[in-house]
Amino acid sequence: MVNTIEVIGVNKDFVIHHERHQSLKERLLHPGTGSSEKFRALENISFAIGAGETVGILGHNGSGKSTLLKTICGVLAPTSGEIKLRGNLAALLELGAGFQPELSGRENVYLYGAMLGLKRREVAAIFDEIVEFSEIGQFIDTQVKFYSSGMYVRLAFAVAVNVNPDILVVDEVLAVGDERFQAKCMDRIMRFQQEGRTILLVTHNADQVRRLCSRAIVLNRGLLVADGPTGESLKTFRDYLHADESSPNAAASDHIQIISVTTPSGSFDVRTGAGMHFDVGVQSAHAYAGHFFMELYSRGGELISRSDASSSPVQLTPGANSIGIDIAQMPLLDGVYDVNLAIVDELGQNVMAWSEKAATIQVSYDGREQGIVEIAPTITQL
Amino acid sequence: MSESASRNLSDAPVRTVSARPSLRGRLTNLWQRRELLGQLIVSDIRVKYKGSALGLFWSMLAPAMNLAIYFLVFSVFLKNGIPNFVIYLFSGLVVWNMFFNAVIGSTTVVIARAGLVKKVSFPREILALSTVGATVVYFFVQLFVLGLFLVVLGHQPAWSYLPLLPIAFVTLYLLSAAISVLMSGITVYMRDMAHLVEVLLQLTFWLTPVVYSYENTISPALARHGLSWLYFINPMTPLVMTFQRIFYGATNVTSLTTGKVLHVLPQWSMAHYWVVNLILLGLVGFFYLAAEYLFGRLETNFESEL
Repeated sequence: MVNTIEVIGVNKDFVIHHERHQSLKERLLHPGTGSSEKFRALENISFAIGAGETVGILGHNGSGKSTLLKTICGVLAPTSGEIKLRGNLAALLELGAGFQPELSGRENVYLYGAMLGLKRREVAAIFDEIVEFSEIGQFIDTQVKFYSSGMYVRLAFAVAVNVNPDILVVDEVLAVGDERFQAKCMDRIMRFQQEGRTILLVTHNADQVRRLCSRAIVLNRGLLVADGPTGESLKTFRDYLHADESSPNAAASDHIQIISVTTPSGSFDVRTGAGMHFDVGVQSAHAYAGHFFMELYSRGGELISRSDASSSPVQLTPGANSIGIDIAQMPLLDGVYDVNLAIVDELGQNVMAWSEKAATIQVSYDGREQGIVEIAPTITQL
Repeated sequence: MSESASRNLSDAPVRTVSARPSLRGRLTNLWQRRELLGQLIVSDIRVKYKGSALGLFWSMLAPAMNLAIYFLVFSVFLKNGIPNFVIYLFSGLVVWNMFFNAVIGSTTVVIARAGLVKKVSFPREILALSTVGATVVYFFVQLFVLGLFLVVLGHQPAWSYLPLLPIAFVTLYLLSAAISVLMSGITVYMRDMAHLVEVLLQLTFWLTPVVYSYENTISPALARHGLSWLYFINPMTPLVMTFQRIFYGATNVTSLTTGKVLHVLPQWSMAHYWVVNLILLGLVGFFYLAAEYLFGRLETNFESEL
């Protein structure tokens, strides 16, 4: 497999000014003063991404993921190290950043195309597709400053995905437009995957990564802390999320751990329609009142169900606790599903304990229904 | 652009993003993005005159005013006696206007487009170069008007000097571009540079023989002290003189006021003009490369300064 992106030992330092002397006068009056400090945003990052891979880059705010992304896109130069790119790259960084408000949508499409490295006739060839995808319609000849923010990003997204990049870099922009347009964007990204293009998805939305990526890279404070299959990387990501928790509950979160998941029979196999029971062992250092929830994911990374945390309060006592989960009737059809378990605070804001892939259940089904859940409709002729 | 093209990447060119791209790398990159430069120039001009009925006419209004005022002051009020002074004045102003507008426009261009600089990857000097590019368009419009003046006034330019025009123009372009690129980068670090540039440009204007004749005024005084070279340190001087030599044509004229012979331009031979212009082109070319190099050093920290 050919590598489309190779990041080799990249470091990036920023100079942070504590007292800015941004004028000539100030620099002359206070030579040598104005303290500044070097801040290392990326430290010795190396990885390679092959053609056709979809890789998620996860990290919290300040983890360096945006810096890494900008470096890959060439917006920022690394302080040392280098990045090799094969094929052309389109970045969905800040959508519409390249737009000139005074110009019409049409003129901006050409300008933005040129920024992405396209020739005028190449843009002309895909112009109709862009307009169609963006759903801007007759407003294409209106000045962009009169566009709604939705129209603005739709047009930018349409240009970026229609230029046929070999590498597509997406930075948390999938929340574009209404739900229907979002689905359309997602569709387009999945089609890119099928066409064997490389996609780099930068986000702190674990669900998105789980859904789209087979591999994920986790950054924390400028360091690459995980690079591997999505499930494992997400586990690391959650671990760092807890470690970084700066809320008043941070102390508590360190002391609550989901340590075991068992079933009475010891087996995680279940038949569709049968009941299921889990025993969850939780170790807590303090008494804590929180809420419990579980998630079920398909192997494709699709969220099947997330239980309602607010209706499941748990009172943890210091030491070992046991929590039971009962599923009266398993509605799922056959397949393998991953279970995530979590304890959150009363408001559901902070995750106190998280267990990624706490269990994997295998459902078998004897009936003839197809899909993911058993509805068992009764069909009668009246 | 087909799907197969996107899959078969094994022989696609590899692009390297490195800490400090070489000067050659920078220039190649710049050349590859010339299409973007063209589009930015067009959009610059469009944005400037969007919603104005007279469009490009406005770009001619300020130069026309300047021309009229300088003509009135120096030829009518101060009676410098130079015949067809408007041609002399205009051929120098064309050069000055381009230089001035390019540098003034570029100084703040990176700051003005900070959003773009922080989000989109492209050679950053293109911002300054597109400003210079727009002034090139106005330059040619003014040159055309100068041509009309020549025809209307029946003034004969020095046809044999015309081949100097492309060289002098390229030199003017490179000089404007070099200073523009450099200033656009420096201003990011020192915001009040824009004011200093304005003052320095004003000073340079009066040190350049646009509204007066060097030969006719300060030349003898400087020559007496062996300081003529001082005046020619300003690269705009030989450029302006070349344009005047081409379009005004004559070096010696009869004064309209005193009837005596006026030495309007230096008594240089054509060969001398060629040598001066070629040396200047070489120096300015080198200066442009230096500006590119320095800008490359400056741009590495744009992100945290903008």
